[in-house]
Amino acid sequence: MNLHEYQAKEILRGYGVNIPPGKVATTPAEAEAIAKEYGTAVMVKAQVHAGGRGKAGGVKFCKTPADAKEKATAILGMKIKDLTVEKVLVTVAADIGTEAYVGIIVDRATKKPVFMVSAAGGIDIEEVAATTPEKILYVPVDVRYGLPTYDAMRMGFFLYNDVKLARGAAKIMQQLFAAFMAAGCSLAEINPLVVTPAGELVAVDGKMVIDDNELDRRPEIAALRDESSEEPSEVDARNSNLTFIKLDGNVGCVVNGAGLAMATMDLVKYYGGEPANFLDIGGSSNPGKVVNALRIITADKNVKAILFNIFGGITRTDDVANGIVTATKANPLKVPIVIRLTGTNEELAMKILTENGFSASSDMDTAVQEAVKLAKGGK
Amino acid sequence: MSVFIDKNTKLLIQGITGRDGSFHAKQMMEYGTQVVAGVTPGKGGQKFEGMVPIFNTVADAVKATGANTSVIYVPPPFAADAIMEAAASGIALVVCITEGVPVLDMTKVYPFVKERGVRLLGPNCPGLITPGESKVGIIPGRICLPGPVGVVSRSGTLTYEVVYQLTRAGIGQTTCVGIGGDPINGTNFIDCLEAFEKDPKTKAVAMMGEIGGTDEQEAAAFIKKHMKKPVVGFIAGQTAPPGRRMGHAGAIISGSAGTAAEKIDAFKAAGMGVAARPMDFVELIKARL
Repeated sequence: MNLHEYQAKEILRGYGVNIPPGKVATTPAEAEAIAKEYGTAVMVKAQVHAGGRGKAGGVKFCKTPADAKEKATAILGMKIKDLTVEKVLVTVAADIGTEAYVGIIVDRATKKPVFMVSAAGGIDIEEVAATTPEKILYVPVDVRYGLPTYDAMRMGFFLYNDVKLARGAAKIMQQLFAAFMAAGCSLAEINPLVVTPAGELVAVDGKMVIDDNELDRRPEIAALRDESSEEPSEVDARNSNLTFIKLDGNVGCVVNGAGLAMATMDLVKYYGGEPANFLDIGGSSNPGKVVNALRIITADKNVKAILFNIFGGITRTDDVANGIVTATKANPLKVPIVIRLTGTNEELAMKILTENGFSASSDMDTAVQEAVKLAKGGK
Repeated sequence: MSVFIDKNTKLLIQGITGRDGSFHAKQMMEYGTQVVAGVTPGKGGQKFEGMVPIFNTVADAVKATGANTSVIYVPPPFAADAIMEAAASGIALVVCITEGVPVLDMTKVYPFVKERGVRLLGPNCPGLITPGESKVGIIPGRICLPGPVGVVSRSGTLTYEVVYQLTRAGIGQTTCVGIGGDPINGTNFIDCLEAFEKDPKTKAVAMMGEIGGTDEQEAAAFIKKHMKKPVVGFIAGQTAPPGRRMGHAGAIISGSAGTAAEKIDAFKAAGMGVAARPMDFVELIKARL
């Protein structure tokens, strides 16, 4: 789960990170009032879950409250990568001397959180990693001991020659690490970490991505989810305990298991079709999940055919069959459906489907070809 | 021969009285796995299905029964502790089926397990099966057949699909191992490939990877350098959009890294057979046996 900049900054402030004051506005008048309250130049920043906000015109410097109102008018409601900006952060503008990058990700190779720091801040760190990798220092952290001061100081001196700045940066890294662990992050970054002309260290932008598996035990973090910035069908799916990702094609896919779901999408493409979605109904089946899955898929007007691909292990295929029957009785399908199922209780599932006027096969390859053909309007 | 488990495996089940644990305990017993003990705190002294003794702690169970392998079905908040308990109590192979274990928990558990020389499989994995001998986890026994092919995969149901195709074509398996779909797991492709290379009965290996991370690329480099046995690979997620988590926590393309194309290129560079579809394994493996 992604946090907005203002949410990440609020958490980081709680751990002592020096961050310029800021408040969220949802109207231009609010933005003006906040700027007036600060009585200084401000930045107005779009709060959306998309990269490249600055390039898209979603981040503006404003000298006066009237300017802040004008810029907020332009930014609120604008679209950045298909997402509508509903909120802006109005924050005191910092004087920028130098800009550094400080980030932590969970690294699969070392199986540890790894710090990445670079004096080349303010820009995309992936670009720095690709073009000038020597400008990044990587420091893995053993979570059992936390970030020791000597490692934090090593990173501080990598960024700054001045011992006072190195110490200040080291402290910010320990604060960032504490926040990273406490919030259950998979990524946290300060970019840029600014040194002002007066020699003060300030975190000007902050980002946090939370591991979805942490949310059950961190209700205060889970409450920060902003559903307005997500695809509505994905919100519906998550609330129904389904893993769903909307795509642009016309073959709606209902599969059990993530690997098989991806392989099914790939096979649709292999036979010249385009998958409309990724959907994993999960391991333990119940007919209700299938009903929800069909509701979400049929709500997508692009879907021209529906493909079920179920390999029953834990999943009982008769549960899936019952779900299909229940769902289609309540809401008759307007598009053709192709059902492939095999595995646990297959005979029973086939019987349920046949008795209710459906046909089903046990072969994945032919089922996918059939669904692709039907989506293209074939018979 | 086989890898990691065989007919001598003495299995302990952590969470044996839970909904998933009890269902799969019965399935494993029916398959012929030696299930010697169960652990559920507070139910020590009882018996599961009237025959398998239940203990309060893993240490008690190991002491009384000599269990050498453990399979974990406890809910995600307790899984990390269950893995550590098993690793600290003399279990040599710990298989964690639980899905949804926070990755930061795994950053603590991984070094704990490694420092004790214990093998961890998973979390978020279907376990493993040596057809005709022993099954630990949730892979359906009836789709497997004893034979010469080692199978290793990051996925559950995709593994079943491929194993089912192989079995239907009369091609059996030495051992099928599901390493799990999480970003940090205890056993990776290379660990399994190394074991299959050493196992005299394994003649070829089928490997199913997916998008995200670099495990498959490293496996390809290992195959090129260290393996004499043929390996056929498949990558799921060729149509996955970047930046989205495709169900498995580890199945995500970050920036431009971890794409299917780069993994398939690595397979080709290692001289492996590449299956474009799951069913292509049958012909590609047959040609290499």
